[in-house]
Amino acid sequence: MSEVKSVPRTEASADAVKRESPGGSFLRQRLQQSLAFGTLIVLLAFFSLASGNFFTWTNISGILLSTAVIGILAFGTTLVIITSGIDLSIGTGMTLCSVVTGLLLVNLQLPLFIGVLGGIATGALMGLINGLNVSILKLPPFIATLAMMLIAQGLALVLSGVRPIYFSKVQGFKDIALGQLIPGLPNAVLILVLTGIAAYLVLGKTLLGRYIFAIGSNEEATKISGVNTGKWKILVYTVAGIFTGVAGVVIAARLDSAQPQLGSGYELQAIAAVIIGGTSLLGGRGSVLGTLIGALIMSVLINGLRIMSVQTEWQTVVVGIVILVAVFTDSLRRRREA
Amino acid sequence: MLPAVVQIHEYRPQGTSVISEEVGETVGEPLLKVEGISKSFPGVQALSDVHFDVNKGEVIALVGENGAGKSSLMKILSGIYQKDAGTIYLEGVPVQIDGPRHAQELGIIIVHQEMNLMSHLTVAQNIYIGREPRRLGGLLLDEKKLNRQTAELLGRLGIKEFAPTDLVENLTVAKQQMVEIAKALSFDAKVVIMDEPTSALTTSETETLFRLIGDLRDRGVGVIYISHRMEELKRITDRITILRDGKYIATMDTATASQHEVIKLMVGREIDENARPENVRRDNVDDVVLRVENLSTRKLLKDVSFELRRGEILGFSGLMGAGRTELARAIIGADRMTEGRIFVNGKEVKIGQPADAVKHGIGYLSEDRKSLGLLLDRDVNTNILLSSLGNYTNPVGFMKAGSGKGTSQKYIDSLRIKTPSMFATTKNLSGGNQQKVVIAKWLARDCDILIFDEPTRGIDIGAKEEIYRLLNDLVARGKSIIMISSELPEVLRLSHRIMVMAGGRITGEIDSDGADQAKIMDYATRVEQQGAEK
Repeated sequence: MSEVKSVPRTEASADAVKRESPGGSFLRQRLQQSLAFGTLIVLLAFFSLASGNFFTWTNISGILLSTAVIGILAFGTTLVIITSGIDLSIGTGMTLCSVVTGLLLVNLQLPLFIGVLGGIATGALMGLINGLNVSILKLPPFIATLAMMLIAQGLALVLSGVRPIYFSKVQGFKDIALGQLIPGLPNAVLILVLTGIAAYLVLGKTLLGRYIFAIGSNEEATKISGVNTGKWKILVYTVAGIFTGVAGVVIAARLDSAQPQLGSGYELQAIAAVIIGGTSLLGGRGSVLGTLIGALIMSVLINGLRIMSVQTEWQTVVVGIVILVAVFTDSLRRRREA
Repeated sequence: MLPAVVQIHEYRPQGTSVISEEVGETVGEPLLKVEGISKSFPGVQALSDVHFDVNKGEVIALVGENGAGKSSLMKILSGIYQKDAGTIYLEGVPVQIDGPRHAQELGIIIVHQEMNLMSHLTVAQNIYIGREPRRLGGLLLDEKKLNRQTAELLGRLGIKEFAPTDLVENLTVAKQQMVEIAKALSFDAKVVIMDEPTSALTTSETETLFRLIGDLRDRGVGVIYISHRMEELKRITDRITILRDGKYIATMDTATASQHEVIKLMVGREIDENARPENVRRDNVDDVVLRVENLSTRKLLKDVSFELRRGEILGFSGLMGAGRTELARAIIGADRMTEGRIFVNGKEVKIGQPADAVKHGIGYLSEDRKSLGLLLDRDVNTNILLSSLGNYTNPVGFMKAGSGKGTSQKYIDSLRIKTPSMFATTKNLSGGNQQKVVIAKWLARDCDILIFDEPTRGIDIGAKEEIYRLLNDLVARGKSIIMISSELPEVLRLSHRIMVMAGGRITGEIDSDGADQAKIMDYATRVEQQGAEK
């Protein structure tokens, strides 16, 4: 497994450094991504050979379904991390969004679309507050979003009365995640793909995306180039909040309930997916596709280990090790550049 | 693209300024005029009552020592700082510059000295940051148009060294500087400010820059050119305005100004440019304390070899990006070397990290004192003892109460560190005295080899003299010093020998007897092969 990924990387990246050719870093970035991609293929091949139950449509579709929530969260976080920020509030924030959706649909019995929009708006509002705290109050993103993580956790418990809210009486809610607009494919996976495309377009084709990279690359320079970096940072956190809101609705629909105790820990898994996908915590580098691959690696790993009857506790240990390896290869690459 | 029309903003008087009678009178007005500009920062009066002007199609030089206020003044003009008092007239009309964007809209464009580029973006993305062409009603970026207009701009400026789609991080420092300049010239500029633009450029790149400046002048743009290089000023500027200690000193016509006179006004007293080090030892040729052989790093350094002799100051000169700081970092183990050997007192040593360097008696004094050399929030005593704390702890690792105070006091006295007490917070000391605290730290650790990286950066002239004296004292006492400096007079004045670097190599070695500025610059600009290496 290690042979497959290490051989092409060292040769090509050393070459790129030597020549200092334009596009060398482009190449390196692609390599980090293809390294992640290669790892994913190797994992798929390994588990397919190890267990006959792995490479079946039901199982693959299950993997995709379990990737949906982490993936959507990770897309939003990718945007924030490329600015060299961080968002720790996405896990419990997602829970708060699903609780709000529950209150609107179950307790207030409002129409479905209002419940969905309410959940997403809650995410956007949290993101906006994160953005304001980072930009206006100049709090470090780690602190600002850590505080928001606790606030969201507390509010979710308070609003729900520490009890799950069940959507069983809400017509069609479950279908948001589990229905199949495309036969055989749960809608949650469709939403994952659509949010991925949205994040990709934002990052690659819009002004916001350009400034996300610029801020992560050199915030001071971006500012004195006449870009209102504060405003754009507020927008980045708000957009990330929208992704959190969507994830909140999807997880509520998938579980057919809003679970106020859930959510803590999701932020770390999402951040792990972003990092495995080659986005640099130092900012300025990253991609949506990489994040998707990162999220898939984690789901495949957990699913595969489960199929091979590895205990849940040990699955967690393996995921931890994967994160270590991913971050280590990233820092190795950076050291090489220095 | 920006409209060519200047937006004239309402004049809002501030502080003590007085509305001028001249408002509205545009005939014969200078293009840009500033009057009575003052600016203070906590504890420092950076500018007081400064005035100067620049006419259409004129290049004026703004000169002054470090700390004279040039940068503050330029930051006010480019909207990064707000002035405390004074008035800025653009084409005779008072303007209030609210921010960097506003300065750009007014047509006041600055080429920054420090690299202000986003290294992960392409050349085109950097040049048009904040002004990206868009399509679909502003929704999406128009990358094609962006690259096309950048190619047009580069073509117009005659820059062929890089393409619009090149990533900035892959360009050399000099090319990055060219990107900065291209960015500045992409605006519809009325006034262009260049802050030491040639500090990283080779001779041919400098020629390109001068041609661009000539073009600007012909188009009626006013250029404010900040530089220390007197030969450059002679070549391209019309007038020279001199600042000192935040105050306006004089303006002279370049044609009639003598270099000697300008320097005298800058420094505020006579200085002997031809000062050379005294007491250069000739008996130490075989007494080599540090020998570096064929040192290379992955990124920049190639095959660097030199010797440092006991009791000498070995100067390292070169342009920005020549690799001097990188060399120091490789020697002390802060960066990894890919090839090369290091000998201390004739014995080969392996230095994998800075702690190893210290063990072998090599101390490095960074150019960035504040972030890499000192714990600014701690007291002087702590800073002096920081590297030698092991000497003042009991075997378990607890600090022995009061130990080490004698050492601190010894160095405070011998280096004449001006501090109310050894328990004063280091932050409150002047730049020169902070530098001495760093020196004391390494002396307390028994370092015999000291590497000074820009020892007098950000230090005022009086304190500079004292640092010079200190360096001379140190070598007289048998220490050996590597001094990296970008100020040629400083290198010439202190170095017993001078190594000149360019493009990661040593391109020349000059003995203090035969050294002059022209010779150093000649070696320092021998990097044409670097440009060809694509």
